[in-house]
Amino acid sequence: MADATATARNAIANPRATLQDLLPKIVLAPSFAVILIFVYGFIAFTAVLSFSGSKLLPDFSTWVGLSNYVRLFNHPNWIVALKNLAIFSILYIVICSVIGLALAIFLDQKIRGEGLLRPIYLYPMALSFIVTGVAWKWFLDPGIGLEHVMQSIGWESFSFRWIKDGKMAIYTIVIAAVWQSSGFVMAMFLAGLRGVDNEIIKAAQIDGASTFVIYRRIIIPLMRPVFLSAFVVLAHLAIKSYDLVVAMTDGGPGTATWTPALFMQKFTFGRNEMGMGAASAIIMMMMIFAIIVPYLYSELGGKKK
Amino acid sequence: MSAPSQDVATRNGVVVRALIYALLILFAVYYLLPLYVMVVNSLKPLDEIRQGNMLALPQQWTIAPWLSAWSTAQIGVSPTGLKPYFLNSVLMVVPAVAISTVLGALNGYVLTKWRFKGDNIVFGMMLLACFIPFQIVLIPSARILGLLGLAGSVPGLILIHAIYGLGFTTLFFRNYYEAFPTELVRAAQIDGASFFQIFRRILLPSSGPIIVVTVIWQFTNIWNDFLFGSSFSSVDSIPITVALNNLVNSSTGVKEYNVHFAGAILAALPTLIVYIVSGRYFVRGLMAGAVKG
Repeated sequence: MADATATARNAIANPRATLQDLLPKIVLAPSFAVILIFVYGFIAFTAVLSFSGSKLLPDFSTWVGLSNYVRLFNHPNWIVALKNLAIFSILYIVICSVIGLALAIFLDQKIRGEGLLRPIYLYPMALSFIVTGVAWKWFLDPGIGLEHVMQSIGWESFSFRWIKDGKMAIYTIVIAAVWQSSGFVMAMFLAGLRGVDNEIIKAAQIDGASTFVIYRRIIIPLMRPVFLSAFVVLAHLAIKSYDLVVAMTDGGPGTATWTPALFMQKFTFGRNEMGMGAASAIIMMMMIFAIIVPYLYSELGGKKK
Repeated sequence: MSAPSQDVATRNGVVVRALIYALLILFAVYYLLPLYVMVVNSLKPLDEIRQGNMLALPQQWTIAPWLSAWSTAQIGVSPTGLKPYFLNSVLMVVPAVAISTVLGALNGYVLTKWRFKGDNIVFGMMLLACFIPFQIVLIPSARILGLLGLAGSVPGLILIHAIYGLGFTTLFFRNYYEAFPTELVRAAQIDGASFFQIFRRILLPSSGPIIVVTVIWQFTNIWNDFLFGSSFSSVDSIPITVALNNLVNSSTGVKEYNVHFAGAILAALPTLIVYIVSGRYFVRGLMAGAVKG
């Protein structure tokens, strides 16, 4: 307010210059204000909720301290969600990185038809997780999908019913998620490989190093920053994984494929446990920030130097 | 002596290359398989899917599943097909993309050419906003939309998507304008050009590529969104992804797999077309979104 009056006074003295000086900030201000409220204000709101006894609606009159968090970590569904997240994210990150790196290295061997293959590897990234989920849900369905196909071509004993099996269902989500994201990781590695200085490779070849050794000893170690970027992107996608699970299993069979994001949704809006839902969202955010903040800090900090 | 050994080397090379090609083609099959399954089975009568081979071509070709998915399939309580929800998505995506792209361009312009004390903190906070799990803002967002009278409406979804897209659009334009020569801006300023004149006459004409990248990124993300769509929509504002999920996962009635596949392709078509038409920019957006800073 005080700023505004001061500005107004200045504006009378030298209207054009002052307005021009302030214009950049006036243009930026609405976006920044909206981010402050809708991101940081809302995070604060949810944080406060997580210490309240809110059930169906936000309720700031009852304070329960850390009890939502205590209940959360004692709740079997949350433990299942965390276990699934661990299984899912480790497999998802490792398999995507291996496939991505392998495809990138193979594609980088002056392959004929690269222009055709690359878009084929990458197109799943353009699809909604719901579409991916529908395709894989029915393809892996024992009644009509892969199992049925194999049996009908004569392999009578073929059995693949992971998606209906509580112990194995989470792995079907990994299969679909890897399908969707590995092409993207390939593109990241390919960009990295194309950035490697040819002189280094030539020098190694003159020294008599085999292609395999050159990749293992020189090129793959040079890909460290790409591994890091891929890890950060995939890990944060894994923590957020929600749509794909909803479309493929909706958390089932039973609670076998619950993830933290699914837990948040079901507890907040399905079971009227808003306090616990808020607590689970806070834990999710802390997991993501633990990965993202150091990464952004090093990226931005490194650039300034 | 040297000739045979070279022969072995090339023969090895040929084997290795054949192996590489085989693997590359195998992976192409893996990536294409689900799309093939969707297309082929969306053109079959339901009986063929139930009895026959999911991987086989249709014996009796039919476009009935497509017509049903588009205009008569049961979604929720009404047999409307995906058409009205497809239109909801269009009505939601176009303004949300436009608003977030325009604001992102202006923000990027200010943050690089009109630097001020603390601009890095402002940018850092907008950047971090790209990565928050949206679960953390669901409860207060629902409240705010209610207070604004926008709960369960398309404008409400536009607002939400425009706001939570701002971080990425700002990031894209900031990184792009960072490389744009500041001297040109200063020279124009000395010539008396105003803030908006400089933007319109000097930066905007060379912003084509980044505008395309940003629009594609925002379009793909908002079209494909499920979380906000399922949380903040009501019967009249449900976007296509949510409708598709309702179609496929409704527990009542016969499971019409062919209709589900046709519906899934319909939902995927806009982003797929964008990808096919402008894949290069799509990949650039992915990279810019992945390799930050």
